Amino acid sequence: MSDHEYTPSSKFGKWFNDRLPLLTLANHLTDYPTPKNLNYWWTFGGILTFCLITQIVTGLVLAMHYIAHADMAFSSVEHIMRDVNYGWLLRYVHANGASMFFLAVYIHIFRSLFYGSYKSPREIIWILGIIIYLLMMAAAFMGYVLPWGQMSFWGATVITNLFSAIPLVGESITTWLWGGYSVDNPTLTRFFTLHYLIPFLILGLVVLHIWALHVPGNNNPVGIDIKKPSKDTVPFHPYIVIKDAFALLMFCIVFAMFVFYQPNILGHADNYIEADPLVTPAHIVPEWYLLPFYAILRSVPDKLMGVVAMLSAILILAALPWLDTSKVRSAVFRPLFRQFYWILVADVLILGYVGAMPAEGLYLLIARVATAYYFAHFLIILPVLGWKEKTTPLPLSITEPVLGGSPNLAAVRSDEKIEKTIK
Amino acid sequence: MSDQKDEKKTNRRDFLFTATAAAGAVGVGAAVWPLVDQMNPDASVKALASTEVDVSSMQPGQSLTVLWRGKPVFIKRRTDDEIKKARAVDINDLKHPEKDEDRAKNPEWLVMLGICTHLGCVPLTDKGDYDGWFCPCHGSHYDTSGRIRKGPAPTNMEIPKYEFVNTNTIKIG
Repeated sequence: MSDHEYTPSSKFGKWFNDRLPLLTLANHLTDYPTPKNLNYWWTFGGILTFCLITQIVTGLVLAMHYIAHADMAFSSVEHIMRDVNYGWLLRYVHANGASMFFLAVYIHIFRSLFYGSYKSPREIIWILGIIIYLLMMAAAFMGYVLPWGQMSFWGATVITNLFSAIPLVGESITTWLWGGYSVDNPTLTRFFTLHYLIPFLILGLVVLHIWALHVPGNNNPVGIDIKKPSKDTVPFHPYIVIKDAFALLMFCIVFAMFVFYQPNILGHADNYIEADPLVTPAHIVPEWYLLPFYAILRSVPDKLMGVVAMLSAILILAALPWLDTSKVRSAVFRPLFRQFYWILVADVLILGYVGAMPAEGLYLLIARVATAYYFAHFLIILPVLGWKEKTTPLPLSITEPVLGGSPNLAAVRSDEKIEKTIK
Repeated sequence: MSDQKDEKKTNRRDFLFTATAAAGAVGVGAAVWPLVDQMNPDASVKALASTEVDVSSMQPGQSLTVLWRGKPVFIKRRTDDEIKKARAVDINDLKHPEKDEDRAKNPEWLVMLGICTHLGCVPLTDKGDYDGWFCPCHGSHYDTSGRIRKGPAPTNMEIPKYEFVNTNTIKIG
């Protein structure tokens, strides 16, 4: 936080700010000291805020035309596509916006994993992020049910049936979720209500996420603690604002490419068939962003244990700040972790791929190995690495490698003359 | 209070706090319950409790799927071969041991919920390794009695309450 007291220049500004310090907040946000070495992987926070706002705005207007009723939902979506002015655009932005949102959140999460942003003192930021991610998945799942197509209906059936795996009370919980004895109109109306609610819960959590971020300040690619403000920082505005804006522009090009050229490529053709409770599609697949967890669910041959494994795969992330025992944050200085990091990335991609394939034969075998590795990464590899790994020396400040004029940090440090100039 | 019994750990004020909190918890619980219970099946859903099905036109080997309480129900008129297969199985080999005699009171007619006990998909009829049903979602195989034989489903397909109203009509529910 900026140490200096802020006083608005105008008389009215001062009068207002004394009563409601909004200008102090705005000043904190523009002056907020940011590490000057932040790379483009750090722009996804801003991109995610944009995604959330886009989903809320397009969702709000879609809700003006959508009818949450089992008999009318499907045709009301077609009505939006064919009759409503720009309805096709709004719906395609909303549907592809969900995919873009997840694309950005996965990059954001894997950036944290690489640079150790979840480590002390940023554990609360990380856990708030995991809660946001869980809410995003809930919102996306319920949103996918609303068009009441075949995939909507059967996706809802499969996911709500996960709760029936709970011993003793499972069946009652499932009936309670459905409001009946199967997925039907009561299920649709409550999903619509919750789908409308969750984005605002996410918005609240995003405020907390940013608030918690502004206490210790941003992590950075070097992963060392820095003094704020200092020569190692730049004010958020204009430096980061411009960088974020440029990245957002690039992101929007990709977004627009999907919306205007391939609006249905991430969806499933079966969802353009109206829901039929008597016929299950031959191959039920969730949206791409849930595939790795779906693969984990299917890789376990027992119903309850499959559900437990799938939930653990997400919840284990919340324990990550304590499972990773290494004191060094950034993977740049962790030669072994860096390799395991890329293996994990590959592992998650493989899980995503087999999640989209039928659960049999070789695919099932690969899914099982990849699931075992996923858990091993967090429960065995990370704790052991922190203890065994020999990390390379950390620079004293962000500017040290630059002033030293050599990318070889070890050489810079062993040179006493340079060491002195830095200090 | 403090001047007399400093060492005493609980006092009358603690009792008031506990009593107030307890009364408050009961009040909050009573206020929250309607908000929770409104999500359970309502009277109109419960009212659709039974369905009558005319099966007079069904030939041996044919099957019919009807909707009961929003769920598919399989009615299968089994062939002699299918009945023999279902009854020949050693009950100890089953994941969820149930005799075919208990599942189909009238051996010719098998009436069961057409819902895979894994995650609720509708299995395909006359498919799978046991010539009964096969669930395409996650690969569960059921035999000609609707019993789980292979795959992730934990139990056999459920038998609903049903009766023959007359020789041509089955009442489910």
